[in-house]
Amino acid sequence: MENDRLPARARLPQEDRQLDDDLLRQAERLVEDERSARDACAMEGGCGPADDAWEDDGLMPTLGARTADGPGRFGPFGGRYVPETLIPALDELEAAYGEASADPVFLTEIDALAAHYIGRPTPLYRARRLETEAGVGPIYLKREDLNHTGAHKINNTVGQALLAERMGKPRIIAETGAGQHGVATATACALFNLECVVYMGAEDVRRQALNVYRMRLLGAEVRPVHSGTRTLKDATNEALRDWVTNVGDTHYIIGSVVGPHPFPRIVRDFQAVIGREAKRQILEVEGRLPRTVVACVGGGSNAMGMFHAFVEDEDVALVGVEAAGEGLGTGRSSASLSEGRPGVLHGSLSYLLQDADGQISPAHSVAAGLDYPGVGPEHSFLRDSGRARYECVGDEAAARAFRILPRLEGIIPALETAHALAWAIEAGRRGEIEGPVAICLSGRGDKDAVHVAGLRGGAAREGRRE
Amino acid sequence: MPAHPLGPIRERFEKLAREGRTGFIPYVTAGYPSRVHTRQLLTGLVEAGADVIELGIPFSDPMADGPTIQRSSQGALAAGATVDMTLDLVGDLRSWSDIPIVIFSYLNPIYAQGIEDFLMLAADAGVNGILPTDLPVGADPDLEHQLRHSTLDLVRLVAPTTTPERVREIAAESEGFLYYIARTGVTGARSRLRRELAAEVSAVRSASYLPVAVGFGVSSPEHARAVARMADAVVVGSALVDSLDSEGVEGALRFARSLRAALDEGGTG
Repeated sequence: MENDRLPARARLPQEDRQLDDDLLRQAERLVEDERSARDACAMEGGCGPADDAWEDDGLMPTLGARTADGPGRFGPFGGRYVPETLIPALDELEAAYGEASADPVFLTEIDALAAHYIGRPTPLYRARRLETEAGVGPIYLKREDLNHTGAHKINNTVGQALLAERMGKPRIIAETGAGQHGVATATACALFNLECVVYMGAEDVRRQALNVYRMRLLGAEVRPVHSGTRTLKDATNEALRDWVTNVGDTHYIIGSVVGPHPFPRIVRDFQAVIGREAKRQILEVEGRLPRTVVACVGGGSNAMGMFHAFVEDEDVALVGVEAAGEGLGTGRSSASLSEGRPGVLHGSLSYLLQDADGQISPAHSVAAGLDYPGVGPEHSFLRDSGRARYECVGDEAAARAFRILPRLEGIIPALETAHALAWAIEAGRRGEIEGPVAICLSGRGDKDAVHVAGLRGGAAREGRRE
Repeated sequence: MPAHPLGPIRERFEKLAREGRTGFIPYVTAGYPSRVHTRQLLTGLVEAGADVIELGIPFSDPMADGPTIQRSSQGALAAGATVDMTLDLVGDLRSWSDIPIVIFSYLNPIYAQGIEDFLMLAADAGVNGILPTDLPVGADPDLEHQLRHSTLDLVRLVAPTTTPERVREIAAESEGFLYYIARTGVTGARSRLRRELAAEVSAVRSASYLPVAVGFGVSSPEHARAVARMADAVVVGSALVDSLDSEGVEGALRFARSLRAALDEGGTG
């Protein structure tokens, strides 16, 4: 049995040395590339006033109208817009998840893995020096970076891998942007002895060399995707194509609260542990709920996980922070909720970055994990219903926050998370938010260090000389 | 409606049945490699004996398509293809031919036009049917209702993974014909057809009064001959695009003629 748990394609030490060399070369190339890219484009931070193109158009979505709030819907958003081939698999998944989530054995197993493998509950840490910086307090950081593998993604992958095992599916596929979800999936697959294939945009493979190495080390096969914009959306297309082809023995562990029903709900439920813990923890120390809850939004899984427990608490302001990239209106953002329109991509109806002809626009963000032209349908619903608001932060401001938190608190945040931090600091300084503030620190930033060092103009190289 | 109580697509299938022939449905990505090429190709396909034209609106994220149609979609978009241009191509063809035309599309390009506007423009241009790849039966009752009550036929897909109960449900919701997906997977040319195909197609035919077309992976005259023995029509897409890539419009039309000949040999009679 012990031997059975070894990853099927465990690598030999010789191959590891080869991988190490590859990684070093990739990292060096990365710093070089970033330096030339930096000269080519001056990055603009921040974003203009949120222009609400959709509502100004006076158009109303007709899709999903009659099914609004029906199964698989969040208001009109969500649904199951997929090729016919996938319908039975989605039905099977929905049924299996329904049974599992009512099965005490399954729930006990999830709790045990959370406690002994993932390392939950994660701390809710009061960041006093950050409070001084932002001029608002108290500020609490929900430390999802302290999870095993360094981000919130593992909450979902362990849950779904357990579900796949229960459904008798021996093969797992996943898409990844920053690589965090890929690493978390590869990890869960090693744990459950499942075959693992991760699709990753070729552009992201380049940006996130360390995570590519980690996935291979964990026994996963990483398949670079060269089609389209070579980022997360194209990796998702490729994962869906694989699933359509191998749906009999394969489960698709989707990494965010996106995709066709029941994925947005399943991923939210597995991530909702973040907000449940945070709520309990803040009540313990403060004796009251937070006034403001902040999280970054790409697809939106850490934000949905953080928000879910607070949605009913109407005095708690929920703020999702999208990536403005080089600025709204430049065509170089990932801010689907701020400058997109509803449309259908990857199986659900939600806000999308798209042109007038319904072609999906390329997204951009310095953070690979936010670099996605869509967003989870429940966020679209929270936005339109007014229950949550969505702000955005550009590349430069995020990179600044990435450098501030390590010096203030000794915590290196992921670039994705840095968007939430940047907004909270700015909003605090402007006196726009009230404490207590709870920020989801969704991941740690080791993976981004080389990239940000490149943005600074070769600091990584200087660092190596010291 | 009164002129064609069944609609032009069904009329065409009725005619095929009377003649004991199998229908040939070529798929073409609108605007690939250019609008001019597509126009030549469509003209040639009608002359080569196509029975229904499946004209694809290119989409940036074709998740149900393999490498060939991903490439043709990207190429068409890069060359400036739009929904308007696709409907213009339909209008051009309609000006001299009554061949039934089905628009094959992902939902978003149509949705972005506004469904109502799109349906009106499509009908005006002479489109007879619509086949949305990512709108399975029951996914969006309101939208499906709207499409079914338009002048266009709403053609639905059945997959090898579809359960028998669902096949009946889909058959009841489909118009024009049923499109049977010959394999579990994305579009693309394949070297062989699956052994189980004949039995599956026969099961679908017995569940529906609609004609059944078979597509996905039908790549050669041999495949076409084999499919002709089991289905009412055969759809050929990726293999046609591949021959367009390697041998140009003339090559693609030669390939189309070889498919037509094979179907007529294979016959349903």
